[in-house]
Amino acid sequence: MAETSLPRADLPTLPEILAPSPAALLRRRIFRHWGLLVGGSILTAILAMALLAPLLAPFDPFDQQLDRKLIPPIWHSSIKATWAHPLGTDQLGRDYLSRLLYGAQISLLIGVSAMLISGVIGTTLGVLAGYFGGRVDMLVGFIVTTRLSMPVVLVALAVVALVGSSLTVVIWVLGLLIWDRFAVVMRSATQQVRAREFITAAEALGASTSRILFTEVAPNVVNHLIVVATLEMAHAILLEAALSFLGLGVQPPTPSWGLMISEAKGLMFFDPWLIAIPGIALFLLVLAINMLGDALRDVTAPENRN
Amino acid sequence: MLAFAVKRLGLAVLVALTVSLITFSMIYVSGDPAIAIAGEGARAQDIEAIRQFYGFDRPILVQFFDWLAGAMRGDFGRSYTLRQPVADVIFERLPVTMILGASAIAFALLLAIPLGVWAAVRPNSMIDRLALTIAVVGQAMPTFWFALTLVLWLGVNWRLLPITGSASWQNFVMPAVALGYYVTPAVMRLTRAGVLEVLSADYIRTARAKGLRPGTVLFKHALRNAIIPVVSLAAVQFGFMLGGSIVIETIFQINGLGYLAWESIQRKDLPTMQAIVLVLSVIYVLLTLAADLLNAFLDPRLRVT
Repeated sequence: MAETSLPRADLPTLPEILAPSPAALLRRRIFRHWGLLVGGSILTAILAMALLAPLLAPFDPFDQQLDRKLIPPIWHSSIKATWAHPLGTDQLGRDYLSRLLYGAQISLLIGVSAMLISGVIGTTLGVLAGYFGGRVDMLVGFIVTTRLSMPVVLVALAVVALVGSSLTVVIWVLGLLIWDRFAVVMRSATQQVRAREFITAAEALGASTSRILFTEVAPNVVNHLIVVATLEMAHAILLEAALSFLGLGVQPPTPSWGLMISEAKGLMFFDPWLIAIPGIALFLLVLAINMLGDALRDVTAPENRN
Repeated sequence: MLAFAVKRLGLAVLVALTVSLITFSMIYVSGDPAIAIAGEGARAQDIEAIRQFYGFDRPILVQFFDWLAGAMRGDFGRSYTLRQPVADVIFERLPVTMILGASAIAFALLLAIPLGVWAAVRPNSMIDRLALTIAVVGQAMPTFWFALTLVLWLGVNWRLLPITGSASWQNFVMPAVALGYYVTPAVMRLTRAGVLEVLSADYIRTARAKGLRPGTVLFKHALRNAIIPVVSLAAVQFGFMLGGSIVIETIFQINGLGYLAWESIQRKDLPTMQAIVLVLSVIYVLLTLAADLLNAFLDPRLRVT
C-alpha cells in the first residue's frame, strides 16, 4: 500500500492539469486577436447586407426615377439630401443604398465562385506536385511558370471581350486564371507533410495513395488552404471590379461596385461621393477578407508569424 | 553556373513557346473568331468574307506556325483597325509603358525598402505597426479607385498635377504612384522578413562583437544579403505591372501599351491583342530569367536544381 503514495511519473502534475487545454488556447488566441475580430465583424456585416438585401433595400436597385437624379447622400449639406435616399441616387435616379446592398451580392458571389474554381485547380496541381515530386513536380512547376508569365488582366479582358461578358463568363475566366498561388502554397505545404513519419507509417501499413492524400495529407494542409482561399477571394473581387470598371466585366444594369464606379466616373468631379461610396465598400470588403486571412494564419499556425 | 544557365534558358524558351501557343489559341475561345469580329447577327456571307480575308479558313496549325514564324521575325501582321503593322504600333507605345513601369517600381522600392528595414530594426515598435497597417490598407485598395481618388484630390481639388496625357514627367507622377503602391506591401514584407532573419545570423553577431558601427553592420553586412530576394521580387512585380498598367493607362489616358491593349480589345483587333499579350509575356519571361541568373550568380546555393 505504501507505493501508492509515491509520486508516479506518468501522472500529470498539478500545473499541467491546470494549464489551458489546446482548445482553450485556440479560443484565447481567437478572442485576443483584434484583426480577426475586426475583419470578421466587417465581413459578417457585408455578408448580412448581401443576404438580406431584398429585405433591407428601400428601393428596387433597377428602378429609375428620372425626376430624382443625383440626390446627394444624407451627410451632404445640399438641401436635396433626404432620408428617403440615405446614400443618394445615381445619374439615372436609382437608389444608391439599394444598389450598394445588391452589389455586395455580386462581389461575394464572384469572389467565392472564382475562389472555389481556382482552389480546385490549384490545390489539385499543388498537392500532386508536392506529394509525387520528380517529374510531376517539374510539370506542375512548368504549368505554374507559364501561367504566371501571362498578364492576368489583359488575358481576362481579351477573353471576356471575345466570348461576350456575363456574370458566368467573368467567374469562369477569373477562376481559370488565378489558381497559381493555390498551387505554389499547397505544393510546399504538401512537401512538408510528405516528409513526416505518419506518412511513412501509413505507407508501411499499405494505405492506398488516395487514402494517404485524403486522410493523412489533407487535414494537415487545410489551414494553409484556408489562408490562400481568403487571399484569392479578395484578389478575385478586386479583379472583377477592375474588369467591370473597364466595361468588360459584369454588364449594366447589374449593380456591381466596380461598374457603379465606372458609371459615375464622368460625374466624379461634380459628385465625388458617387465614386467614394462603392469604392469604400470595395475597400472595406477586401480589407476585411485580408485581415481575416492574416488572422487565420496567426491563429492556426502562430509559429509561422514573421 | 553554366549548366544552370543553360537549363534555365531552356525552360524560358519552352515557357515562351507554350505562351505563344496559348496566346494564339486565345482568339478561338469563342469558337469562331470570324463571328466574334463580325458581331452578332452578321450575315453568313459577311462572316465567310471575313474568314477568307483574315485567313481563318486555313488549317489551324498552318495559321499558328505562320503567326509564330512571323512573330519570331518581329512581324505580328497588320492591325485590323490602325492600318499599319502591329509591330510598329507596339514598339511606338512600349517605351511609354516601360517608363511608367520603371517609375512605379522605383516609387515602390523607395518607399518599401526603407520602411521594411526600419520595421525590422525595431520589431513590434510603432514604426513596425505603422508599416504593417500601410501594407494591409494598401493591399485592399482597388487600383482604379485609388487612381481616381488621386486625380480628384491632386489633380482637380489642389491642381498640383496634370490629370491626363503623357507629355511631361509630371504626367507620370500620379500614374506611377497608383501603379506602384500596390507592390509596396509585398516588397516591404519581404524586406522586413529578410532583414529580421539576417540580423539574427552569427556573422552579424560577430560584426557587432568586432565593434563595428551599427550603421555599417546594418547596411554593409545585413542589407546586402537581405536584399537578394527583393531583387527577384522586384523583377517579377515589374512584369506584373506592365500587364496591370492597362487600368492605369486607361484612366490617365497615357498612350502606352496598356491603352493600346484596351483599344484593341474594344475594337476586336485580334493581331494587336495577341501581339501585346505575347510581348508582355516574353518580357516577363526574360525578367524572371534575368532575376534567376542574377540570384544564382550572387548565391551559389541556388545553382543546384
